[in-house]
Amino acid sequence: MPETTAPDRPRLAPGVRLHFDQTRNAWVLLGPERVIETEGPASEILRRCDGTRTLSQIVDELAALYTAERAEIEGDVKDMLTELVSKRMVV
Amino acid sequence: MSAPENLSSPLGLLAELTHRCPLACPYCSNPLALDQRADELDAATWARVFREAAAMGVLQLHLSGGEPASRRDLIEIAAAARDAGLYTNLITSGLGIDAARLARLKQSGLDHVQLSLQDVDAETADRIAGYHGAHARKLAFSRMVVEQQLALTINVVVHRANISRVSALVETAAALGAGRVEIAHAQYYGWALRNRKALMPTPAQVAQAMQEMESIRPRYAGRLVIDMVVPDYYARRPKACMGGWARRSLNVTPSGRVLPCHAAETIPGLEFWSVRDRPLAEIWRDSPAFLAFRGTDWMREPCRSCDMREIDFGGCRCQALAIAGDAAATDPACELSPLHTIMRKLAESDASTDDDEYQYRGRSAAELAIAIPVR
Ligand code: SF4
Ligand code: SF4
Repeated sequence: MPETTAPDRPRLAPGVRLHFDQTRNAWVLLGPERVIETEGPASEILRRCDGTRTLSQIVDELAALYTAERAEIEGDVKDMLTELVSKRMVV
Repeated sequence: MSAPENLSSPLGLLAELTHRCPLACPYCSNPLALDQRADELDAATWARVFREAAAMGVLQLHLSGGEPASRRDLIEIAAAARDAGLYTNLITSGLGIDAARLARLKQSGLDHVQLSLQDVDAETADRIAGYHGAHARKLAFSRMVVEQQLALTINVVVHRANISRVSALVETAAALGAGRVEIAHAQYYGWALRNRKALMPTPAQVAQAMQEMESIRPRYAGRLVIDMVVPDYYARRPKACMGGWARRSLNVTPSGRVLPCHAAETIPGLEFWSVRDRPLAEIWRDSPAFLAFRGTDWMREPCRSCDMREIDFGGCRCQALAIAGDAAATDPACELSPLHTIMRKLAESDASTDDDEYQYRGRSAAELAIAIPVR
């Protein structure tokens, strides 16, 4: 069984995009038959999943943005991306 | 004016661009009386509907039919959808879209393509679609979609003739490069209701299919999203049809009538409003068809006092009508419905017939271009 892990240079999967929903005043991740509402930190992570930044760059940027422990941020970012990879929203 | 308390913003819009279709699937949910080409909304009206939908909070648009590619102005319509900011999904059989047309659709901002397959091999698939050569053309189309790096979902409606091949169907979708596969059970209204005897799978077939799907699912983790739901006829609780009547989505017919669900016109006495006459937001808020079963006030027992009422909203109104003869009854898919056992018996008895002859939409069997033996 293939294990899903956070990719080195994460990007949104084909057919997935991040959209600012004016009506609900929130960032949403849109994919085939999927609408995932993303709160603050999640949308900050997803906006950086552009296929050019590396995972560790994204962690650095988030740690700076939230002036938080890098190790803690790293765990959160990895967990979230791993889950989105298993849902095939991120590759 | 403040919005009524139970009024939510819709998330999805199904735009039935046309009822025309080269195929003739016996499980088609289009109504028996199809809208005529002369009555179809023009592209400018669709563009207005898309803008109004986006302003109401709709995020996802499904361009559907019939076969949407039967419209010559499909590209213009898709571009208008994307201009309105909607996530745009094209639901197609692939027939009528060559590589050049697909490239233009992609350029116009199409987000996703959903292609239906009828079975794993051409012979049975073509018999189900009622169109010789359809399967081969669909496979060719799926390759084009993947080559052009568009996201692809393979959709398969399963029923008695193909349900024993669900694993192979999923493998086919993976091999074609789809990111998602949707295994949908036939829903029995429109043409499908006419063909229920020939389509209904047995409880054993359904159980086997569900078990197979659970066992293969891990194999595709991160590679292929698999969506499959229990068919209503063998379920214990109903599904929140459309996420609840007039709560999450709307459906616009080729001629512009706005429906809470694509089968809603089977319910007698409902009054539908048209986008030709009024803005979409007004229709969503006030049209009699949307008000009829919005929320929970219309419910009777056992739904009225049930803890699940805000979760499944009493199930499907069209199914309640079809089985109980009353659109306001509890969906007989629910085991708390007095008709639950009858519905299951009905399904089992249909499933045990060896009537495998389909009535194809819009055609008599003799008119069909193919004559492929049943088994
Ligand atoms: S009784 Fe009505 S609300 Fe309760 S589970 Fe059944 S259908 Fe849903
Ligand atoms: S209940 Fe009726 S309206 Fe709702 S989804 Fe089912 S068929 Fe459509």
